Amino acid sequence: MLLEVKNLTKVFTVGLFKRREIVAVDDVSFNAEPAEFISLVGESGSGKTTTARMILKLLPPTSGEVIFEGKDVFGLKGIEESRSYYKSVHSIFQDPYAAYNPLHKIDRVLNQVFKLTGHSGAERDRLVKEALKEVGLRHEDVLGKFPHELSGGQRQRIMVARCYILKPKLILADEPISMIDASTKASILRLFSKLRDEYKTSVIFITHDLGLAYYVSDEVLIMSEGSIVEKGSPDDIMNRPQHPYTKKLREDIPLFYRKWPGF
Amino acid sequence: MKSTALLEAQAVKAYYSTRQGYIKAVDNIDLIIDKGMTLGVAGESGCGKSTLMNTLMMNVKPPLHFLEGTIVLDGKVISKMKISELKNDVWGVRISLVPQSALNALMPTKRIIDFIKDVIRHHTDVSDSEIASRARKRFEELNLPVDSLSMYPHELSGGMKQRAIIAVSTLLNPRLLIVDEPTSALDVSTQKQVLKMLMDLRKTGIIESMIFVTHDIAILRQIADSITIMYAGKIVESGPTEDVLFNPKHPYTLSLTSSVVTPEPEVRERGLASIPGEPPDLLDPPEGCRFYPRCTKSMSICRSVEPPLKSEGAQLVACHIASGDG
Repeated sequence: MLLEVKNLTKVFTVGLFKRREIVAVDDVSFNAEPAEFISLVGESGSGKTTTARMILKLLPPTSGEVIFEGKDVFGLKGIEESRSYYKSVHSIFQDPYAAYNPLHKIDRVLNQVFKLTGHSGAERDRLVKEALKEVGLRHEDVLGKFPHELSGGQRQRIMVARCYILKPKLILADEPISMIDASTKASILRLFSKLRDEYKTSVIFITHDLGLAYYVSDEVLIMSEGSIVEKGSPDDIMNRPQHPYTKKLREDIPLFYRKWPGF
Repeated sequence: MKSTALLEAQAVKAYYSTRQGYIKAVDNIDLIIDKGMTLGVAGESGCGKSTLMNTLMMNVKPPLHFLEGTIVLDGKVISKMKISELKNDVWGVRISLVPQSALNALMPTKRIIDFIKDVIRHHTDVSDSEIASRARKRFEELNLPVDSLSMYPHELSGGMKQRAIIAVSTLLNPRLLIVDEPTSALDVSTQKQVLKMLMDLRKTGIIESMIFVTHDIAILRQIADSITIMYAGKIVESGPTEDVLFNPKHPYTLSLTSSVVTPEPEVRERGLASIPGEPPDLLDPPEGCRFYPRCTKSMSICRSVEPPLKSEGAQLVACHIASGDG
């Protein structure tokens, strides 16, 4: 077992005078084996990102545990243990712009990875070019540029390229391709699958697009209002959905070969 | 003879001027939108879709320059109009554009209704109370919650904000509504609500025709009557939706349709594909056909001669292979 998420719950308290409690994540449990591709699917506000932030140790849970390779993530001590955790678990977030320092060229975000991996000069160059090629970017188009000179899709692809250099044990990708053109989405999904097949990387893929999850996942978790309402193989979820929420989600995906009734 | 075209663009060129030269974002484009039609415009990011939309309504500000061409909307040549004429007689009244970043257009410190008053006052001389009652009536017609009018933007969900913006853009019943990627930031269920609302706008006759811009052709399959595919500042194919999507004549259209990722048995069977390479730099696009560097079927003529848009069956196609040249 690579990752165990046990009864994870997060309650936010809001309001200064009239205190109100919002249960963002409600008793979420799931496991990830090495080389397993798990998709966490739900609409905005369903608690997907909050779950991801807790797994990444960026947000303390109200209750529950995140256990990575047998160790409780929230019990990690010191910089060394945290650094080794972040070397094993790599995250890609929704808004790639926030991950860049606008004053530094994008080369920097790629080179920072080498602080964790320890590759040397020539090797670095080769890896960066290889990684950019894997995500469908020409290095001459992106290296030496500033974040604002790149499109949202290009910035997202660079974050995926970082993953490719790092080859972590777990990739936690939160809507990593939402800004990428439909025509290149498939290639990024294939890259994740390749990392899983060749390097036994596990992937937790967070998305609102059940269609994308369908093609690449080993298991699909459907999340609604903070809870996992249904889990199963992509085939079960797509063809034999049980929960009404899953059924609705499935019906709302625009299809290519079939028209929506009434449209 | 009465024309069936609501908007007609002829040989339109609009370039961005930069220190390095012109970016040829809209390069010699002909386009017709018929009355009562929804036209889908598809293409990858950076192909000039959004620039074309701004150009069609003559919303052309430096660094974008309108070089040549004619745009006729509703029988009026708008490409010759002054800004003041456009403001009084065209924008909002005959044509409205909901740009891609429209979700950020609402003022965070203003209630939706006050924002609407601000916008509408720019276009007509009606009283505030008249605007408010019109807005209320319109929200009711479109099944939008009327209480949202008195809310602040942060109190609304993304989907509700987007629908409110579309309702505001169509308050003066423009004949043509252009929506640019209105749903790309929304999840699927909210997206469907927005699409439903756009369909209703046309069904109720609030708007007559619509242009829907997106890179997601599965959405166009659901709502467009006809489709125009753009590549690197040019139109490469256009025609009725089903013909273009299921019998594509241009290799680029074919690769777009083959890279669709929808959960359907047909897609599962053929596997996931994506288009290799990236669109060309529009500062210095390739000579001949702009798609040839990525085209798997290119011939020698493709490198030197630019293919014109020709009629092939139900479609218009700009491809030497499709027209049997070379």
